[in-house]
Amino acid sequence: MTDTLLAVEDLYKAFGALKATDHVSLDVRAGETHAIIGPNGAGKTTLISQLSGTLRPDSGRIRFGGEDVTHLTAAARSHKGLARSFQITSIYRDFSALDNVALAVQAHAGHSFRFWRDARRDPGLRDPARAILDEVGLGARADVLAANLAHGEQRQLEVAMVLATKPRLMLLDEPVAGMGAEESQRMVEFLARFKGKQTIILVEHDMDAVFSLADRISVLVYGRVIATGTPAEIRANPDVRSAYLGEGGQ
Amino acid sequence: MPNRGRLVTIVVLLAALAAVPPLAAVFGQPFYLDLFRRIMIFAIAALSLNLILGYGGMVSFGHAAYLGIGAYAVGILAHHGVHDGFLQFGLAIAASAGIALVIGAISIRTSGVYFIMITLAFTQMLFYLGISLEEYGGDDGMRLAGRTQFAGLLDLRDPLPFYYFVLAILVAFLYLVHRLVNSRFGMVLRAAKSNEGRTRAIGVSPYPYRLVAFVIAGAMCGVAGALFVNQTAYLTPTFMSWTRSGEIMFMVILGGMSTLIGPVLGAIGLLLLEDVLQGWTQHWQIILGPILVLVVLFAKRGLAGLLPGSGRDD
Amino acid sequence: MNLVLFLEQALNGLQLGVMLFLMAAGLTLVFGIMNLVNLAHGSLYMVGAYLSVALVNLTGSYLLAVPLALLGTLAVGMLVELVALRTLYERDHLDQVLATFGLILFFNELVAILWGRAALYTTLPAWLSGQIELVAGLNYPTYRAAIIVVGLAVAVGLWYVVTRTRLGMLIRAGASNRTMVAALGVNIRLLYTVVFGFGAALAGLAGLMAGPIYTVQPGMGEDVLIEVFVVIVIGGIGSIRGALAGALIVGMVDTLGRAFLKPILGTLLSPTAAESAGPALASMLIYLLMAAVLAVRPAGLFPARG
Repeated sequence: MTDTLLAVEDLYKAFGALKATDHVSLDVRAGETHAIIGPNGAGKTTLISQLSGTLRPDSGRIRFGGEDVTHLTAAARSHKGLARSFQITSIYRDFSALDNVALAVQAHAGHSFRFWRDARRDPGLRDPARAILDEVGLGARADVLAANLAHGEQRQLEVAMVLATKPRLMLLDEPVAGMGAEESQRMVEFLARFKGKQTIILVEHDMDAVFSLADRISVLVYGRVIATGTPAEIRANPDVRSAYLGEGGQ
Repeated sequence: MPNRGRLVTIVVLLAALAAVPPLAAVFGQPFYLDLFRRIMIFAIAALSLNLILGYGGMVSFGHAAYLGIGAYAVGILAHHGVHDGFLQFGLAIAASAGIALVIGAISIRTSGVYFIMITLAFTQMLFYLGISLEEYGGDDGMRLAGRTQFAGLLDLRDPLPFYYFVLAILVAFLYLVHRLVNSRFGMVLRAAKSNEGRTRAIGVSPYPYRLVAFVIAGAMCGVAGALFVNQTAYLTPTFMSWTRSGEIMFMVILGGMSTLIGPVLGAIGLLLLEDVLQGWTQHWQIILGPILVLVVLFAKRGLAGLLPGSGRDD
Repeated sequence: MNLVLFLEQALNGLQLGVMLFLMAAGLTLVFGIMNLVNLAHGSLYMVGAYLSVALVNLTGSYLLAVPLALLGTLAVGMLVELVALRTLYERDHLDQVLATFGLILFFNELVAILWGRAALYTTLPAWLSGQIELVAGLNYPTYRAAIIVVGLAVAVGLWYVVTRTRLGMLIRAGASNRTMVAALGVNIRLLYTVVFGFGAALAGLAGLMAGPIYTVQPGMGEDVLIEVFVVIVIGGIGSIRGALAGALIVGMVDTLGRAFLKPILGTLLSPTAAESAGPALASMLIYLLMAAVLAVRPAGLFPARG
């Protein structure tokens, strides 16, 4: 039996009367790509934010690699190996693409109380950063200011920063959001290379991406998980079909 | 250094500053030596604030506190007969750093408006403390009992050596800040300013780095304070008034935030402007006020944005 | 230390607290609704004080001067909002701080030009000077008692407006979610103007009440403003309740501290030590209190939600 890398136990978060996360439990196995889908407003980003540590749940537990991380800060979780990309692009706009990734590398290269050496000339940071940029396909754009990158390139940069932190679990929040068909395809192919080697939680609306990448899918509607299973099982699930097709969204 | 244009500008500016004393002597205007020395001292203060404000994004409205602490460290020691520069400057640095550590530890846990108000409030507290120190002049302040001396090598009573001493410190601090902001430490600081959420997500908690930056900035401003009290030969709590904090902040903005040369340009710009306005009317602040408003509204990039080599900060 | 002295000082603390509340309420509302840090709030206080003193000296009638001073301050406030502050709503806090700092310099100098730098004095009308007997043996200056009454009345009035009227509902909604209120189709411009006017009027009221008992000179606004900041930090930003709690706490601690710290220290330490440490510590007291509150509650005691 494969190990559970991430266990979410009865997670609950409400904003006033709105139950964004309504007693959600799920488990993510090591090496699997687990997609979370659901109509708009289902609470997907809220769930990801609680997993990454930017939002505190009202109750419930999150266990990562067996360890209870519910009360750890986002920074602490990053050092445990939990990396996150944002749905709304959140990069360092006034730094170059290379600087962006180098910062992520630096964050996991010990403490940063080094006051003298030029960080931009440090091969220990620059070389790994360049390698990762090449891997995601941004090698040629390394010295471009992040704000000047095309939207699709910025999404790639988000993923690059996730990789740079050498994660055990990648939380990807709509990585292909706003990308054209060709770009999305390339990103999907890229992410497919991690299947089996990395554990990925993928929030996505793009069903092609979801069905080609996911080993298992959980469907979130109004803050509740209504179904979890393989892509085939989910496709055939009547509750899922009505949630997406029956009531016309929500 | 990455940017050639910037480097040339800095060198030219420093050379110009170095040329002021001989030029002043040639034209028989010793006043300018005094004025530019004052400008350089404020440039040092502005440089220190720029580290946390321009690069760190921390809107500290209480930075003049360290100007005052440095000044009082020197003034109090001088009052008790200690004129040795190493001891005086040593105390100025230690006291500024120590108090910055305490104030920073409390304030940096907050952000935004709270941070502005809290830093302002703590400086005001020190201002009132200064006023209540009757033995050191209280409200009126007191004369500096004697100028700083460095083991027979340097006596700050001599205007010319004093001038070059300040210039040397300015150059040294410019280089120090340059190294700091480009180091790993500086990158983290700037990253936290650029996108705090992203910084936490990659695994860095900004607090310890911001605190260290705050302490360094405080210590540097303490040195400016020690120089300032030698410049004015007088010590008063108004060194720590919040209008003073606002002035220093203004120099940083006017010169161009998060650039190396900005604070120096800002100090030159603001103090020369004040000098000119004071020549016109004793009510010069009524002109300066609206000018400041206009600068904020329309000239955000500051003077550094007008110079060759501008574009990327270093 | 006897009971009468203590009660007197406690009432003084209440009086200071009430005035700080008027200032804090205005500032916190403006910040909560418009996200504007307005350092020139202290200048409006100063304008209120100067106008009331000048008008009393000019007309000889206190009853005439007060409403005129209030209207005058309101007018100045609205003018400043129109000319300078409108553009600052979208700017970041640093810009707002610096721009309003420029306004402070302007107003301080303007006042110095018009009335000089020396402190201005005025006399109170007969029916407000003198003392009233609150309880047997406790006489208290009539004017200060009047300030307390007016201040508390305004506090009650504000509470009523904020909790019982439609405007108040908009204010509370705006304080916790600005964008939502705009999205609901409320006339934001008008709301901002009204809120700012409120704030200016409160500052002006505080100023005109302060005129006769505090030193009226250029820069008086800033000393009060910083105390108001302490009030807001302790009480929590964006909430009227926080402003009231913070103001009363700060008013009490500051006044009682200044009155009784030296004698208290005198019993613990030597008289000479108390002589110097007493006033020093007393002037630092509210800031130390602020630090203590922050250590435990970084968002203040009653922060507005969101």
